[in-house]
Amino acid sequence: MKQNGKAKLAVFKFASCDGCQLSILDCEDELLAVAGAVEIANFPEASRAVVKGPYQVSLVEGSITTPHDAERIHKIRRASKFLVTIGACATAGGIQALRNYKDVKQFTSAVYANPSYISTLQNSTPISDHVPVDYELRGCPVNKYQLVEVLNAYLNRRKPNISPHSVCMECKMRGTTCVMVAQGIPCLGPITHAGCGAICPSYNRGCYSCFGPKETCNTKALAKRFKVMGLQGHELVRLFRSFNAEADEFKKESVFHERED
Amino acid sequence: MKEKTKSIKVDYLARVEGEGGLHVKIKDGEVTDVKFNIFEPPRFFEAFLRGRMYTEAPDITARICGICPIAYQMSSVHAMENALGAKVDGQLRALRRLIYCGEWIESHALHVYMLHAPDFLGYEDAILMAKDHPEVVKQGLELKKIGNELVTLVGGREIHPINVKVGGFYKTPDKKDLKKFAKKLTWAQGAAHDMINFVSKLKFPDFAPKYEYVSLRHPDEYPFCEGRIVSNKGIDIAIEEYEQYFEEQHVRHSTSLHSSIKKRGAYSTGPMARYNLNFDKLYPVAQEAALKAGLKEKCDNPFKSIIVRSVETLQAIEDALKIIENYEQPEKPSVELTPKASRGCGCSEAPRGSLYHRYSLDDQGLILDAKIVPPTSQNQKIIESDLWKFVPKFMKLSHDELTWKCEQVIRNYDPCISCSCHFLKLTVERE
Ligand code: SF4
Ligand code: SF4
Repeated sequence: MKQNGKAKLAVFKFASCDGCQLSILDCEDELLAVAGAVEIANFPEASRAVVKGPYQVSLVEGSITTPHDAERIHKIRRASKFLVTIGACATAGGIQALRNYKDVKQFTSAVYANPSYISTLQNSTPISDHVPVDYELRGCPVNKYQLVEVLNAYLNRRKPNISPHSVCMECKMRGTTCVMVAQGIPCLGPITHAGCGAICPSYNRGCYSCFGPKETCNTKALAKRFKVMGLQGHELVRLFRSFNAEADEFKKESVFHERED
Repeated sequence: MKEKTKSIKVDYLARVEGEGGLHVKIKDGEVTDVKFNIFEPPRFFEAFLRGRMYTEAPDITARICGICPIAYQMSSVHAMENALGAKVDGQLRALRRLIYCGEWIESHALHVYMLHAPDFLGYEDAILMAKDHPEVVKQGLELKKIGNELVTLVGGREIHPINVKVGGFYKTPDKKDLKKFAKKLTWAQGAAHDMINFVSKLKFPDFAPKYEYVSLRHPDEYPFCEGRIVSNKGIDIAIEEYEQYFEEQHVRHSTSLHSSIKKRGAYSTGPMARYNLNFDKLYPVAQEAALKAGLKEKCDNPFKSIIVRSVETLQAIEDALKIIENYEQPEKPSVELTPKASRGCGCSEAPRGSLYHRYSLDDQGLILDAKIVPPTSQNQKIIESDLWKFVPKFMKLSHDELTWKCEQVIRNYDPCISCSCHFLKLTVERE
């Protein structure tokens, strides 16, 4: 697996905006150090060079939306010792999972001039629906420092040190006044996985949960609170149905309010 | 004479954003087929935007592309404000230009140093290039970082900023933070001059097809978010008229639509088009730097887009400095908006070209219909047309060299393939 003593790192892309893998190139200060520590074996966004697997760590961005991709992910799994999903697309189906609530076939055949040219699945699904995943890094996009930490951890065969708490905790840590309590702005912070550093509340807006659900999150209680604040069912559907729409907890909650509406 | 068939195949194009390939067929020394193949899975943004609130458009459409999220946010906020009849002016408008400057600096530095320069110097990637040219790559990364920091300073985060809002911003930055940042931009000025100097010395193939260039043009500024859509062949229209002049087609080998000018065909958008149509709007230092780097006021060699990008980087740095110098924190971060049944469009200049958005809203502000035309769809036809012209001229190169050069023909346009595969609607196609 190692060549010249260096572990092979690969980056693979499925349906996505490329933002999460761009986060690697956005580690300007660490980039050359990372490149020195590993052999970048497959990273088409950055290099023409392709080195065959097996790879010690594969970073996978994007969700599965085509029959071809549903097969390709199995090959990647077989070639990878550790498979890490990066971002909301790979971890929770991404923004493109909004299609899951509509009939893709209908708009393919109704609106497309040449539907037969298009090969697509009804649903956009996370990587873990298809193959076992060793670690899921959340965020749309991922936080680049967390990404470096995860990489570091797998290359050194330890567990990544990523806090499992909520965005609320991050607000407290940075000393931001709660936007929900002080300004009555609906905020998904209480149920959202930490990682961004609570950016939105510090800009006077509610969290829209680009990092997705935190572990054991109480979506019901928060939805109830939102209703007391005057939000209606269809607004709750939209809140829970965005960048992590396919994440179990959010999916259940959005479907519940859709039925109720 | 015996028939000789050769083909150039690149299954997975590297150093572009998204998934694409290339297939060129040559028979008896003549090019018989060119396909710039985009197989990025469609993501259907225009479909699922329906039923979402107009306020969500900047956050959602940003996710079309991680490299130019600001372009998506700017085109969408302008379209929404156009629909709702709001004017965002003064310092808020200046801040929008400022965040866009950050994106230009970041995206151009990424493309020039990490994606494009390695081609000219024969490296597979920038990391290998860094072994022989460490100072150049380090300076490039520093420049890119400054662009990112500027986006973060105004937008809260470098990829998919959270602070851009229909009507303005959620929060405006402090004057003193911007002033502090100006120091970095002053360093960046010098770095941009080095950048222009560095790329001007690269070797450029002798290749200069004639194009129709399309970009925005503004009476007072090098174009960003506003102005008229113009071309060097007589187009001069308001943004609202875009769809009367341009159309999209669906071809079998691409999951991205091909745009063209109605009844006329391919056109080029992006740095080359902006430069050719707006040289007079560049700051004098940028004009001077361009001329010193060997560009004329017009430039038709797409390989030289790397110089044009570097000149635009300097332009964006100068612009950012000027905006910061005149900045006063506005009283309110955004203007009030009232939803109503309406229709509006917006166009802005993403680093890689014009990006058009159009939305219809209902009286609650829910999106009824969306149309988004990204720069890569607009440039696809011109990329193929370049390849048709390029291959015959450079047939004598070895197979590997020609393949690499063809890849470069594509990379000249910095195509952003994820962007171009968001679509819902397709129009006619006949074989
Ligand atoms: S998770 Fe978000 S940032 Fe990452 S690839 Fe998907 S859309 Fe882009
Ligand atoms: S939406 Fe939430 S998780 Fe995403 S950046 Fe904002 S506060 Fe952080």
